[in-house]
Amino acid sequence: MLSNEEIQDIDHEAAKLPYKQAAVIEALKIVQQRRGWINDESVRDIAECLEMSPAEVDSVATFYNLIFRKPVGRHVILLCDSISCYVMGYKNIYEALQQKLKIKFGETTADHRFTLLPNACLGCCDHAPALMINGNLYKDISIEALDSILSEYN
Amino acid sequence: MERPLTQNIHAGRQPLSLKEYTTTGGYTALQQVLKNMTPKEVQQLVQESRLKGRGGAGFNTGMKWSFVPMGEDAPSPKYLVANADEMEPGTFKDRLLLEGNPHQLIEGMIIAAYAIQANISYVFLRWAYKKAAQVIERSIQEAYHAGWLGNNIMNSGFSIDMYLHTGAGRYMCGEETALLNALEGKRATPRAKPPFPQVSGLFGKPTIVNNVETLCCIPHIINKGAAWFQNLSYSEDGGTKIYGVSGKVNNPGAWELPMGVTMRELIEEHAGGMKKGYRLKGVLPGGASTDFLTEQHLDIKMDFKSVAAAGSRLGTGTMVVMDDATCPVGFVHNLQHFFAQESCGWCTPCREGLPWVEKILLSIENGEGKEDDMELLQMHTQLLGPGNTFCALAPGAMEPLQSAIKYYREDFDRHIREKKCPY
Repeated sequence: MLSNEEIQDIDHEAAKLPYKQAAVIEALKIVQQRRGWINDESVRDIAECLEMSPAEVDSVATFYNLIFRKPVGRHVILLCDSISCYVMGYKNIYEALQQKLKIKFGETTADHRFTLLPNACLGCCDHAPALMINGNLYKDISIEALDSILSEYN
Repeated sequence: MERPLTQNIHAGRQPLSLKEYTTTGGYTALQQVLKNMTPKEVQQLVQESRLKGRGGAGFNTGMKWSFVPMGEDAPSPKYLVANADEMEPGTFKDRLLLEGNPHQLIEGMIIAAYAIQANISYVFLRWAYKKAAQVIERSIQEAYHAGWLGNNIMNSGFSIDMYLHTGAGRYMCGEETALLNALEGKRATPRAKPPFPQVSGLFGKPTIVNNVETLCCIPHIINKGAAWFQNLSYSEDGGTKIYGVSGKVNNPGAWELPMGVTMRELIEEHAGGMKKGYRLKGVLPGGASTDFLTEQHLDIKMDFKSVAAAGSRLGTGTMVVMDDATCPVGFVHNLQHFFAQESCGWCTPCREGLPWVEKILLSIENGEGKEDDMELLQMHTQLLGPGNTFCALAPGAMEPLQSAIKYYREDFDRHIREKKCPY
């Protein structure tokens, strides 16, 4: 079931649009913000709230890469794998992260602390390589800096 | 040298507040428009200024506006959308404007909305621009409180609402019609044209989608005129341009410069030249979906026409430099991996062709390439080229591939011959 707070937030977003179904991406983000990811029950609840079919909601949820349809860890690391970061050596950062966290792209650590995902260009090309954790951007990343960055997230 | 768009943006400083923006001449253009200009006059002035779309397509902005139905019989409401979904790999110019001077964008949007008589506007902002989201949301509220947004602004009879919409990922959202689908809460797949969005866009109503940098030029054109705007430029396209350089250069960054500076000036002067020990091997002049240019092209002007004449596109004007220690095959594989992943799957050539291209490139890079792979790649540059797909994603993806085969063929052949990556 959606909480009253979630329904309120969804209604607030829907009010900016001519019909409420147009707010489905916002609704998915609102629920994910609180629950970490979108499970099947949330898909059905959002569908009911916006008077859509669950299949319609799921077709949108599965399209956008930052809507998570699988559980993620407490903190999500998005490592930029696009061209400027490629040139500036994101692969070395990826290797170091794999060693430190013992996970590959798409995986979550056993203690559910981190999920590691590749992400398309973060728009930080003049400070490549870059990564983002829970929406916080880190620029000019070096392997040496990783421990201190990761230690901010428990 | 004048830098109208970025003159008040300084690294490490907070974004301009409404008060600061107003004291530096902000919102005078809007007042001038509301008091003294008809929507058609605004359209004409912008058309005369030769402002061309800064998102990459380079279409005359005033002319784009002129296709919107006007008058009492026009459909209502009409919409104005700022495309702030900056996701072209290698591109980071709109971020500077969004984070540095938000009211410049908002004023540009209100004037653009007035010019087409749109009463509802959206900023479509990519998910990853968290700081920009905060800045824009706060600035929209400031503008409402000051009476620049809302009903009957400045007693002009013109009403305009503005909302921030943040995305949930996917490069496709930057494509004009896919962006409209995303705003409607749908999968971001492109729409058939015609009808063009100017006639039937968001929620089926007339809609203009303009890039952030394009909209930021508008207040300055109103304040100082079309001739002044044209004279900012070294070329026939009006204005300044925010250029960027990334890769192994000494001083990567973004700078507002006259439209039409040379690639050499950008790389050698502003970006400080190549890092010690590296040589320039190639350049994507305007983001991931533009053809490679090489050292022989360094003296061409970075404007729409000159870059096109050299066989590439100005695109977003933010270039990625490839150095001589970076493998061109690996470089192009990285690009094609991106495009294959970001294909929305709507049309078959793109959905099926790009993953195939990516696979071939990976096998070549891993030393498993075959003799006829080069023919296959060549074939794809034709089959996924302009006219065969629903939108510009796949043709854009083919631009760096076809030019890499042209300029770096020997590198591809060596991978296949030596059965390994020589880099």
